[in-house]
Amino acid sequence: MVDTFLYIALFAISIAMSGLIYRVVKGPSVPDRVIALDGLGINLVAVVALLSILLRTSVFLDIILLIGILAFIGTVAFAKYLEKGEIIKRDRNL
Amino acid sequence: MSLLHLAIISPLILAIFIPSLHKRAPKIHTGWFLLPLPVLLFGYFLSFLPGVINGEAAMETLSWIPSLGIDFSARVDGLGLLFALLITGIGALVVLYSIYYLSKEKEKLNQFYVYLLLFIGAMLGVVLSDNLIVLYAFWELTSFSSFLLIGYWNYRERSRYGAQKSMLITVFGGFSMLGGIVLLYLMTGTFSVSETIAMAGEIVGHDLFIAVLLCILLGAFTKSAQFPFHIWLPDAMEAPTPVSAYLHSATMVKAGIYLVARLTPVFAYEGLWIWLVAGFGIITLFWGSFSAVKHTDLKGILAYSTVSQLGLIMSLLGLGAAALHYPEFENGFYTVAITAAVFHLLNHATFKGSLFMMVGIVDHETGTRDIRNLGGLMTIMPITFTIAVIGSFSMAGLPPFNGFLSKEMFFTGMLRAQEIGFFNMDTLGILFPIIAWVASVFTFLYSMIIVFKTFTGKFQPEKLKVQKPHEAPIGMLISPIILVSLVVIIGFFPNIVSPLIEAVMASILPTLLAAGMEFDVHIYHWHGFESPELWMTIGVVIAGILLYKFMPRWTGIYTRMPERFSLNSAYDHGLAGIQTGANRFTNAYMTDSIRTYLIYIFAFFVLILGATLITKNAFALDLANVAEIHAFEVVLVVIIAVGSVSILFAKSRMTTIILLGAVGYAISLFYAIFRAPDLALTQLVIETISVALFLLAFYRLPKKWHHERMKFKVSNAIISVGVGLIVTLIALSAHSSKAFESISQYYVENTYTKAAGENMVNVILVDFRSFDTLFEIAVLGIAALGVFTFIKLRMSRGKEQG
Repeated sequence: MVDTFLYIALFAISIAMSGLIYRVVKGPSVPDRVIALDGLGINLVAVVALLSILLRTSVFLDIILLIGILAFIGTVAFAKYLEKGEIIKRDRNL
Repeated sequence: MSLLHLAIISPLILAIFIPSLHKRAPKIHTGWFLLPLPVLLFGYFLSFLPGVINGEAAMETLSWIPSLGIDFSARVDGLGLLFALLITGIGALVVLYSIYYLSKEKEKLNQFYVYLLLFIGAMLGVVLSDNLIVLYAFWELTSFSSFLLIGYWNYRERSRYGAQKSMLITVFGGFSMLGGIVLLYLMTGTFSVSETIAMAGEIVGHDLFIAVLLCILLGAFTKSAQFPFHIWLPDAMEAPTPVSAYLHSATMVKAGIYLVARLTPVFAYEGLWIWLVAGFGIITLFWGSFSAVKHTDLKGILAYSTVSQLGLIMSLLGLGAAALHYPEFENGFYTVAITAAVFHLLNHATFKGSLFMMVGIVDHETGTRDIRNLGGLMTIMPITFTIAVIGSFSMAGLPPFNGFLSKEMFFTGMLRAQEIGFFNMDTLGILFPIIAWVASVFTFLYSMIIVFKTFTGKFQPEKLKVQKPHEAPIGMLISPIILVSLVVIIGFFPNIVSPLIEAVMASILPTLLAAGMEFDVHIYHWHGFESPELWMTIGVVIAGILLYKFMPRWTGIYTRMPERFSLNSAYDHGLAGIQTGANRFTNAYMTDSIRTYLIYIFAFFVLILGATLITKNAFALDLANVAEIHAFEVVLVVIIAVGSVSILFAKSRMTTIILLGAVGYAISLFYAIFRAPDLALTQLVIETISVALFLLAFYRLPKKWHHERMKFKVSNAIISVGVGLIVTLIALSAHSSKAFESISQYYVENTYTKAAGENMVNVILVDFRSFDTLFEIAVLGIAALGVFTFIKLRMSRGKEQG
C-alpha cells in the first residue's frame, strides 16, 4: 500500500522533472535554464528520499544533503557568472 | 680460436689500432703499418696450397650461437683458397700502390686504411665462411665498407651519390640473399654450406626451391654488378683509384661470382639456374662491352669492362653447371666452361688490377682521365705504357697473354652450349656463341681505345692540368708491374696454375669428383687450325680493327638511344618517385586535423568490431537474465536521452553545458536507483565541479566562438551512429553470453570478517584492491600539478614582454 503511494509520488515527480528538462532544453533565456536546473536538483532530493523509502535503506540520506548543498552552490555560481561574468573573483594581491 | 679464425679477423683487429698508429707516427705513411698484414696472410694462405691441391679441405669451427646452429666455421677448400689468395695478394699490392698514390698530407689516411682493413677482413670472411649466416654477416660488412670507401671523398657530391647508389643496390640484394638463406634453412635444417651441398639431391623438388634460387641469385647478381644491377659499379668509380682497383675489379664484385660458384652444386640440378646464370651473364657481357665503348673517362671504360668480364665469368659458370647433368661425358666436355670461368677469374683480377693502377698513374701524373684530353704519352711514360699494353691486350684476348687463353676456352665453352640437350638449349643455345663473339669484338675495341687513345697520337699538354707530365715514381709502378708480370707468366706457362684450378673445380663440382671423375686441366695456346675458336679470335681481331678504324662513322648509334630510357635514369627517377610517392601518400592521410584522425580511429573501430561480430557470428541475444523494467527507469532514460540529443542541437554553448550537467545529475540518479550511494555521491560532486570548470573555460573563449551551432556532416553522423550501434550490440552480446559466475560473492562474505568494514565499495577500494586507488590518487596529483604548471609556468612570457 505504501509502495503504491510511493510509486505514484515518484511518477508525479518524474513528470515534474520532465517539465523542468523541457524548460532546460527550450530556454528561452539562460536564467530560465538555471532556475530549471535548480528545480531539477530539488526534485532529485525528493526522488532520492522516496527511493530510499522504497528500497528500505538509509544510505542515501547523505546524497539528499549533498544535492541540497550542490544545488545551492551551483545556482549561486551560475547566478554570479551571469551577473559578473566570472565565478571566483581574482584577487590580484595574492 | 684457431689460427685460421685469427687470420680472418686479423684485419679487423688491426683496424682498431690504425687510428692511434696514425696519430703516434705522423711522419710515416700509415699504409706502411698495413702492408705486412696482407703479405703475411698471403704467405699463410699459400701454406694451405699443397693440402688443397691434394683434395684436403681445412675446417675450423668456432662456436658462436650454437643454440641457433650459427657457428663461425671457416673452411679452406680450392674455391675459398683461390679467393683468399686473390684478396690478400692483390690487397698487399693495392696497399703498396696506395702508399704512393694517396698523399700523406692531404688525405685522411687513418680513415682510409681503417675502411680498407674492414673490407679485407670482411671479404676473407665471405670466402672462407662455411656458415651461411656468418657469410651473410661478412657480406653486409663488405657492402658497408665499400660504401665508406666509395664515399671516401665525402665532400664531393658525386662520391656521396655513388656511395648511396651502391649501398642501396647491394644491400637490397644482400637482404634478398638473407631471405634465401633463411628459406634454405627451412628446407635443409642447417646453415652449413658443406652440409647443404651434401643434401643437394634431396631438396631439388621442394616447394621453396625456386624461391630460394631466385633470392640467392638476386643477391649474387646485385653484388657482382650483373645486368640490370650493374649501374652502381660505374658510379662507384668516384672512389680513390686503389679502391676501384681492389674492390671494384678484383675482389668485392667477385663475391657474387663466389656465391654462384659455391652454391652451384646445390642449385645446378634445376634448369632455371643454368638459364638465369648463363643468360644474365651473357647479357651483362654484351651490354657491358657495348656500353664501355661510348665512355671517354678511362675509369668509366674500365668499370663497364669489369661489368662485362663479370658477365663472362657468370655465363661460363652457368653453362659449366650443365656438367652436373651429364656426368658421363668424358674429357671435360662441359666442365671446360668451369675451367674457363676459374681461369678467367684469376686472369681478370691480374690484368684489371694492373689497368686500374695504370689509369691511376695517368690520372696522378697528368691530372685528367678523359681520353679526349690525353694522347701521346707513350714516350713520356714508357713503363706505364707497357703496363697498359700488356693489360689491355690480355683483356682483349690476344696472344701471348693469359686473356687469350681464357678467351679461347670461353669460346669453347660457349660453342658447346648448344649441345646441352635440355631446357631449349639445343635451339636457343646457338645464341650464346654469337652474342659472346659480338661482345668480344667490343671488348677488343675498348681495349684498343684504352691503349691507343691514351698513349699514341698527338701530345696535348695544353689540355692537361699538370704542366710537365712525367713517369710515375717507382713505388707506384711496383704493384702494376708485378701484376702484368703475372699476366705474362700465366700467359706463357698457364699450367703452373692448373693444379689450383683443378682444386677449385673440385669444390665447385664436388659430386662429379665423388663420381670418380678427375679434373685434368691442361691449357694450350695452340688448338690447331681446325679449331673454330682460333678462327673466332681472328674474326674478333679483324672486326675489332675495322670498327676501330671507322669509329667516328658509327658511334652515332650511342646517341640514338635517349638518356631517358637508360637504366641510370630509371634508377634516379625510381628513387625520386619513391620519395615523392611516399611523401604524397603521407600527406594524403596525415592532414594534421584531429577530426580526421578521430574519423580514422572510429571508422576502424566500427569496421573491425563489426566485421568480427559478423564473421565470428558473435551476436547473441538472451533475455533470460534480464531484470524487470520499472516505469521510473524508463522516465529517467527518456530524460537522459532527451538531454543528450538536445546537446547536439543546442544553439549556444551555455545550453550545452547546462544540458550536460542535467545528464550528469540524471546519471547520479541512476546510481541511486541501482543502489550505489557512493557512486551517486561522487558523481554529483564531480558533475558540479565539471560544470563549473566548463563555465570557466567557456568564459575564456574568443568572442566569435560564443554562438556557433554545430555543423552537420553526414560522415560524422554515420560514424557516430555506427559506433553507438556497435557498442550497444557488443554490450548486448556480452550480457547474453556470460561464461561464468561473478566473484563478488567472496567480497560479500568477507568484507566484515576479514577487512573489518561494512561498506563493501570502500573496503574494495582501500583494502582488497587498494593498489588501483593508490595510482588513481597519483593520477589526480599529476593532474593537479599539471594544471598548476600550465597556468603558472609560461616560458614565452618573458619573450613577449622583452
